[in-house]
Amino acid sequence: MMITVHHYLLLSIALFVIGAIGVVTRRNALIIFMSIELMLNAVNIAFLAFARWNLLIEGKMIVLFVLAVAAAEAAVGLGIVISIYRNRQTVYVDEMRLLKG
Amino acid sequence: MLDTLYQYISIQTLAWLIVALPLIGAALNALIAVGTAKREMGSYRSLVSFIGVVMPMLAFAAAAAIFVTMTSFESTDPSFITGPLFQWAVTKGLVIDIGLKMDQLSIVMALMVTGVGSLIHLYSVGYMGHDEGYARYFAELNLFLFFMLTLVLADNLVLMFVGWEGVGLCSYLLIGFWFEDIAKARAGTKAFIVNRIGDAFFLAGMFLIYAVMASANAPVNAGYFNFEMMSRYNAYFVPMAGIISLLLFGGAVGKSAQIPLYVWLPDAMAGPTPVSALIHAATMVTAGVYMVVRLNFIFALSPFALSVVASVGAATALYAATMGLTQTDIKKILAYSTISQLGYMFMAAGVGAFSAAIGHLITHAFFKALLFLCAGSVIHAMAGEQDIRKMGGLRYRMPVTCWTFVIAALAIAGIAPAAGFFSKDAILWQAFERGQYVLWTVGFIAAGMTAFYIFRAVGMVFFGESNVPPERYKKVHESPTSMAMPLIILAFLSLLGGLITVPHVLGGTDRLGTWLSKLIAYETSHAPGEESKATEIVVMVITLLWSIHFMVLGWVIYAQKREWPNAVAQKFGFVYTLVANKYYVDEIYDFLIVRPLNWISTKILWQTIDDTFVDGLAVHGTARTVGVWANIVSMAETGVLQQYLLYFLIGAVVVVGYLAL
Amino acid sequence: MMEAILFYILASVAVIAALLVITRANPISSALMLVVCFLASAGIFAMLGATFLAVLQVLLYAGAIMVLFVFVIMLIQTDPKDLKKRQMTFGKLLGAAAAVYLAIVLGIAVWRPPFIAAPQAGEAFLTPSTIGHQLLTTYVLPFEILSVLLLIAIIGAVVLAKKKI
Repeated sequence: MMITVHHYLLLSIALFVIGAIGVVTRRNALIIFMSIELMLNAVNIAFLAFARWNLLIEGKMIVLFVLAVAAAEAAVGLGIVISIYRNRQTVYVDEMRLLKG
Repeated sequence: MLDTLYQYISIQTLAWLIVALPLIGAALNALIAVGTAKREMGSYRSLVSFIGVVMPMLAFAAAAAIFVTMTSFESTDPSFITGPLFQWAVTKGLVIDIGLKMDQLSIVMALMVTGVGSLIHLYSVGYMGHDEGYARYFAELNLFLFFMLTLVLADNLVLMFVGWEGVGLCSYLLIGFWFEDIAKARAGTKAFIVNRIGDAFFLAGMFLIYAVMASANAPVNAGYFNFEMMSRYNAYFVPMAGIISLLLFGGAVGKSAQIPLYVWLPDAMAGPTPVSALIHAATMVTAGVYMVVRLNFIFALSPFALSVVASVGAATALYAATMGLTQTDIKKILAYSTISQLGYMFMAAGVGAFSAAIGHLITHAFFKALLFLCAGSVIHAMAGEQDIRKMGGLRYRMPVTCWTFVIAALAIAGIAPAAGFFSKDAILWQAFERGQYVLWTVGFIAAGMTAFYIFRAVGMVFFGESNVPPERYKKVHESPTSMAMPLIILAFLSLLGGLITVPHVLGGTDRLGTWLSKLIAYETSHAPGEESKATEIVVMVITLLWSIHFMVLGWVIYAQKREWPNAVAQKFGFVYTLVANKYYVDEIYDFLIVRPLNWISTKILWQTIDDTFVDGLAVHGTARTVGVWANIVSMAETGVLQQYLLYFLIGAVVVVGYLAL
Repeated sequence: MMEAILFYILASVAVIAALLVITRANPISSALMLVVCFLASAGIFAMLGATFLAVLQVLLYAGAIMVLFVFVIMLIQTDPKDLKKRQMTFGKLLGAAAAVYLAIVLGIAVWRPPFIAAPQAGEAFLTPSTIGHQLLTTYVLPFEILSVLLLIAIIGAVVLAKKKI
């Protein structure tokens, strides 16, 4: 059974969509964050698959940077979640309606 | 002398001056009126008088100069057109120029309008001298002259219609001059509205004329409504001539107070008497006759339309004469008399005697204006009293007024040698000669009634026992010179004015007829054969005797035996009430037309359509719809970020789905 | 052959772990499942010849970031009773449906020829030294900016955490 690029791409699509479902479905801000990380991971897989099949190093570079940025983002984002929890005593996003109007 | 004049002013400019001078007078007087609105007029009064009287007189001088020039033209056709002042409307399918046409008909009308107009303006100085709205009065009166002259001198139908509407407007303004009295203001409104009904017909006629001229491929640049153009393309009017003539005549019916649109003229007597003299005797109401004569080439194509015109004219003449018999307000008698005489003019036009119609128009201007001015003199002296039953024996106190009134009465009754004899006789003779015996009979009877009711007025006002309370009687005095002078001048014109239309059979040359003959399609004055000469003289003598008989009857009864009419009135009680109440026509109109219109306007147009639909649905409805939609849409903004991410997702799905597949 | 089996095992572990991430009520369970998913991804990375990145994934993601996540979840004291209260709303269904539709569309879009196996990869492609070399020559600017970004993130996190700024 030959593994072609399409297998990796379908895997990537599946993980991406599962992450998307997680973002719109869950109420807990942390779970949403984790779903976003899931989506980033799926994108990494896709990039690497294309890099492998086209023998381009660029794909790996992009993934490296994505990894680093995701780390920075996770740090700051979790800091924000903590701040919100401190102010509102909740992490459920449907209870944060300040933008309503 | 004229040559020196023409060195400074070209004849075209002189023609424009006729129209422009009253306009300038109106503008200046309007400025003064606005300027002295809340203050005492003081010395401005004499300035207003000066401007108001001098402008028409200068216009008359200009018209006279042009007239003299035209009579001395060597060529056969002494008419000319002042080139377009400017082009008013220029579209692909229609070009309308502003220009004046000075030909035989228009110069005669212009002379009459400015001449009689100047005299009436002079009279107004004395009559309205103490009125608060003096400046406004003269502004409006001058403006009226401007519009009337535009109407008469226009070289195309559209410009004539501008003047037509303008005189209607000024008539409204002047009838309702004392507008604080609501009844007088309503009379003005009534005049304007009834006039407008006629104007609607006029406009329809104009639309049809446009259709005919457009389909005849007449050159657009020369103007479809130009009288020259229309008469040149006259042949194309043949299929539509009847409808067009009747529609245009509809306009004349409104303006010249014929059946069924005459109801505004008696009410128009609410205005000042000089206004009645000028507008509702000499000038505005004759505009309809002028229009018919001007467009005689269209009317001549449709014998049916001409017969309608003649019948309506004759019927109106008789109908109005009957009502004049029973009126007790001196001005109303004269109003019905005007309607009746206008009927005569239309009758003449209808049988094809267009120059006879114009002749009667001119002489009528003289004696009717004189009648009204004398009536004004009497009213002025009687401090506002207009009921003839409360007058009598005034000839001792107001001799000038009395005898000028008698001269005018002789003229209107058609008693030789006063002007009305020749003109009215010409009309009746033309009707008789062309075989219209029914019309002749109607005119004949109406002539008798005319003589009777006018001398009824003479008898009741100036002769016989006085019904005036004695203290009042002592205060009755003759009018001042500014008012008496026009009376005397008009009396001369009423006596001698007939000389222009003396027919051939009596040795005259019918100058007016020859002067106008170039313009008229029908032959009006032809040398009669021997046999018809004798008939003409016989008919003339019969009419004269008939009129004299009724004159004497009326004079004597109402001067000496005033109880006879009362007995007759009681005997024919029902008929008398019917006639005295003007055949209840006003009430019928009110019931059939005015009230339903009012009901429709209020119930349907206002409350249903305007309130509910336009206000409720369109205006408020739009606002409410916007509000509702705004509320709906704002439900999408919950403030929950996760939902916004959901929208992102859906949007991305849609776009990707579209692009990928 | 081996490759295929390895791929399918790793892929199914990753997908099942991802599904469990989004469906577990307890945040800790979600976090642990995410770790499993990341480990499986690391395996996938290795299969794709990116061994360096696979190691980085395990170190950074599964090691540092997920630990951070677990700390924060511990700090957020969610009431166990709240965990029971979950309901399916129309919005959630709609979102799920849209996402599934997206998956189908994308899947159909990528399924096109050529269906070839992975080409031979040379040493240059597989070793980390190429990555290092590229980082300091072609991509030196993004590298430097990345370090600045990390500095900013540190400062940001410190600022956010303070009680008084």
